[in-house]
Amino acid sequence: MRQLLLFLLVILTGVTFIGRLFYLQIYKGTSNSLYEDNALRKVWNYPKRGFVYDRNGALLVGNQPSYDVMVIPREVDSFNVEEFCNLLKISKATYQKKLQRAKRYSTRLASPFVPQLSKEDYAVLQEKMRKYKGFYIQKRPLRKYQTTIGANVLGDIGEVNNRDIKRDPYYQLGDLKGKQGVEASYEAILRGRKGIKLIQKDRFNRDIGPYKEGKYDTLPEQGKDITITIDAKLQAYGELLMENKRGGVIAIEPATGEILAMVAAPTYDPNILIGRERSKNFTKLYNDSIAKPLFNRSLQGVYEPGSPFKLMNALIGLQEGVITKDDKVTCYAGYKYGNRFMKCHCYRGRRNDLTSGIQESCNAYFATTYRKILDKNGNASEGIDTWSKHAKSFGLGSFLNNDLFVGQKGRIPDRAYYQHIYPKTFYSTYTISNAIGQGEVATTPIQLANMTAGIANRGFYYTPHIIKSIQNDTIPRFFTTPKYTTIDRPHFEPVIEGMHRVYTNGTAKFLQVKGIDICGKTGTVENFAIIDSVRTQLTDHSIFVAFAPKDDPKIAIAVFVENGYWGSRFAGKVASLMIEKHIRGHITRTDLEEWLLKHSLENEYAKPYSGKPFAINGRTQLQIVEEQEYYKLKQRLKNLNTVVN
Amino acid sequence: MLRNTNKHYRFDWITILIFLVLVGFGWLNILSASQTGDAIHYFDTAQPYGKQLVFIVLTFGIIITLLALDTKFYERFSSVIYIVSMLSLVGLFLFGKNVNGATSWYGIGGFTIQPSEFAKAATALAVAKFVSDLNTDINRLKDQLQTFTIIALPAFLVLLQNDTGSTIVYAAFIFVLYREGLSQIYLYTGLFVVIIAVLALKFGALVVASGVSVLILIFYYFNRKKVTLLQTLGIITFGCVLAFGIKFFYESILKPHQQDRISLWLRLEKDPEKLEQMKRTFAYNLNESEKAISSGGFLGRGFLEGTRTTGKFVPEQHTDYIFSTVGEEWGFLGSGIVVLLFVLLILRILHLAELQKTQFSRVYGYCVAAIIFIHFLINIGMVMGLIPTIGIPLPMFSYGGSGLWAFTILLFIFIKLDSNRINEW
Repeated sequence: MRQLLLFLLVILTGVTFIGRLFYLQIYKGTSNSLYEDNALRKVWNYPKRGFVYDRNGALLVGNQPSYDVMVIPREVDSFNVEEFCNLLKISKATYQKKLQRAKRYSTRLASPFVPQLSKEDYAVLQEKMRKYKGFYIQKRPLRKYQTTIGANVLGDIGEVNNRDIKRDPYYQLGDLKGKQGVEASYEAILRGRKGIKLIQKDRFNRDIGPYKEGKYDTLPEQGKDITITIDAKLQAYGELLMENKRGGVIAIEPATGEILAMVAAPTYDPNILIGRERSKNFTKLYNDSIAKPLFNRSLQGVYEPGSPFKLMNALIGLQEGVITKDDKVTCYAGYKYGNRFMKCHCYRGRRNDLTSGIQESCNAYFATTYRKILDKNGNASEGIDTWSKHAKSFGLGSFLNNDLFVGQKGRIPDRAYYQHIYPKTFYSTYTISNAIGQGEVATTPIQLANMTAGIANRGFYYTPHIIKSIQNDTIPRFFTTPKYTTIDRPHFEPVIEGMHRVYTNGTAKFLQVKGIDICGKTGTVENFAIIDSVRTQLTDHSIFVAFAPKDDPKIAIAVFVENGYWGSRFAGKVASLMIEKHIRGHITRTDLEEWLLKHSLENEYAKPYSGKPFAINGRTQLQIVEEQEYYKLKQRLKNLNTVVN
Repeated sequence: MLRNTNKHYRFDWITILIFLVLVGFGWLNILSASQTGDAIHYFDTAQPYGKQLVFIVLTFGIIITLLALDTKFYERFSSVIYIVSMLSLVGLFLFGKNVNGATSWYGIGGFTIQPSEFAKAATALAVAKFVSDLNTDINRLKDQLQTFTIIALPAFLVLLQNDTGSTIVYAAFIFVLYREGLSQIYLYTGLFVVIIAVLALKFGALVVASGVSVLILIFYYFNRKKVTLLQTLGIITFGCVLAFGIKFFYESILKPHQQDRISLWLRLEKDPEKLEQMKRTFAYNLNESEKAISSGGFLGRGFLEGTRTTGKFVPEQHTDYIFSTVGEEWGFLGSGIVVLLFVLLILRILHLAELQKTQFSRVYGYCVAAIIFIHFLINIGMVMGLIPTIGIPLPMFSYGGSGLWAFTILLFIFIKLDSNRINEW
């Protein structure tokens, strides 16, 4: 027995130790990843972020260095704090507060003290820096916008948040990431790949040299430059025209689907979102819940399309064979269905065929057509599904799968959509508003522009996209393959003829541009807002779609001006001018230009917030911009060609 | 046939193999823990790993010498060896060199020698010699006292030199004496003392004293026929004195740093500020060593890949904390194997000791096993945070020439004795 004591104790000790090892190394075991090892210092090497060029090669976004003042609290020595504060333009109290915060983070590690100094401050500070022990200046790349336009197109970069880090472990706290626009949608290409240097630390947190002689270190991969499809000059012009208005303008090149201009109004100068002022300015933009400058109206603004949608109904009617281009419909200054009545501005008894129906935007003609489509087989439920399918083939009611960071789906209703409201009976008259692009139909400006491009191409479109080329890379094939609509090519001609007549004799005849065959369609959309829980009608939205030239389309455009009243009043003018600018390069219709610059809709937008009853549409007066503002806009117009480059 | 020749030796190759593996693997870990990141020159004596390699090479000379000497030499000269060893310990008071607060070294040229390491082997020889003497009866009080004196003398001398860790090692001999027939009462007393001490520190002397008294009285009540009241009261008094004595010992005799180690181990300290301060000072070592072991995972980070080892996060890593390097770089697999090798080595020695035909060899074998066991228990237990911090090296593994040679001598004397087994009657 006595022999056994030590024998058993040894075995017991062995078992205990292995148990403890199991607990420490396997049960409780910490991660083996080098990147999470706190015995290594990770020094990230940031690559150059890719540049952004416009379609003509003009640099839109580049980089600039920025200088952060860093502090290592334990190394801070006594010096003239007052002088230092003056150089940094901070108060002594702020100095103490910032130093305390840095101490709380770590006394041994560097933390940012004053981020993103201006070049001037840096120049002054740099020479005196050696006097301030414990402080040093660190260089970091920042974005530099070469223009003041395209904030909604280009977007901006900002520090990643915790959600970004969780979603993609590539990012670390303090990294910059595209937040909006092209910066966000082409983040992976523009940012490149940062390199890492692993540095072995000792127990005093001092560097003692590269870990494993840099075996695991990587070099940064430079971000690739990209060229976007935007024409900076056209974009700048569009933004100028939309000054003092709200809405969206989208211009597409029908032959490629490239987005030539994407204006969202109101907009802002992208330069305010870089540097030290970013957070302040962003909050200001973000909190503007009335004008919503961060809301990209050309992509996210979902509106009822109004009359431009009649083109769609005409095409579907022809395709389904329920109308021919010569069939005539009599307008009774409106359309009577059951005991209800839809008004129209045609004179009573006018007989419209397809072309003149489009030219005059006759509600009665399209109500009739819509009913014929839905009732083709005597079953409106089937009819509306067919109708919906045709409309969707133009990319309406979908996100379009494009490369834009934001978007909205819009809505093209089908039978399933109405199932809740009309569970049993369903007749064509129930949804008659769809005939004139009101009711349940909803689209965004980019969808309307794409539809127009589809019509211009006579039956197909390319997905609208913003990427033109990527340095040493190709753009996705998806953007270069045509998407065919369900409408046969011959059916487009009468519709296009109608659109052409809109310009020659119809609702847009005052917007003609000599020498350019423009095809267009006006739209005037009733809209409502809920003010103090009362549904109140506001001044109609002004809508216009157009493409030109008629036979060899170079540009398709959709313009949406909120509360601009009738289609040709604001939207049509913008469309005509943009088309002329794109095709001809200079403007002959300077009268339209001047009119747009001179008129503002700000008073219209202020109405719902005034708290007083207000008049709309015909009973309103247009606001003329103040002399000073007008002068400023004229100046901008003059400088337009020098804004870019 | 064989027994007549007296020239045939049968060395236990299993023990030798385990020894060599431990020494070799130990050196790899010393290399890892002490490399500076520059190119490695194996015999660079400016670096611990270089020095250790020199020691290891010299070890083979020692082994050959030990195995060449006649078996009888060790038994016959044990007293001389013991006396020389004790003198070398006494000499430290005159010529000793102070390193880290302990006066345990002789400085000779660039090297230092720690005689307390060799004293363990010398004491083992002396104990074996005395206990195996035909005139010695371990259950006679006089002989017991003599034996204890042999053990206590070196223990006391190293204690005076501020080397508490080495003193504790001498407790190992209790296992040897127990095996040789020492009354169980000593073992029980020892266990009793340890339990009372831990409880008294953890829960307070008064609580433990009263609790123990009540328990013993209950025990007496049910065993009235076997135990007398006087015995019972004696034990109770002993328990109470012990409980308060420990408290006094802890508070007044132990040095502050020793107090702190125990207080951390028993989680006595409740004041968070004091705890924080502990974490930054000595508990730091333990904390870092546990972290290093944890970061090893199952397979470890690989040889020379441990970031905590390379960053010298664990102070004294190549000496007392060498096992944390094993943990980080070789993981659960490697450190588990090291633990197993130690267990195998000790069991093998115990097994061989039981096979010895002479009492001298058997007692000596037991001494070897017990001493290695105590080192193994305390060192690895400490590195993994199971035992309060006591600075003693891990045999064969830790950096240090004296330690390596002392264990080589300790072990190979036994291997030599064992090899002669077949020649004994």
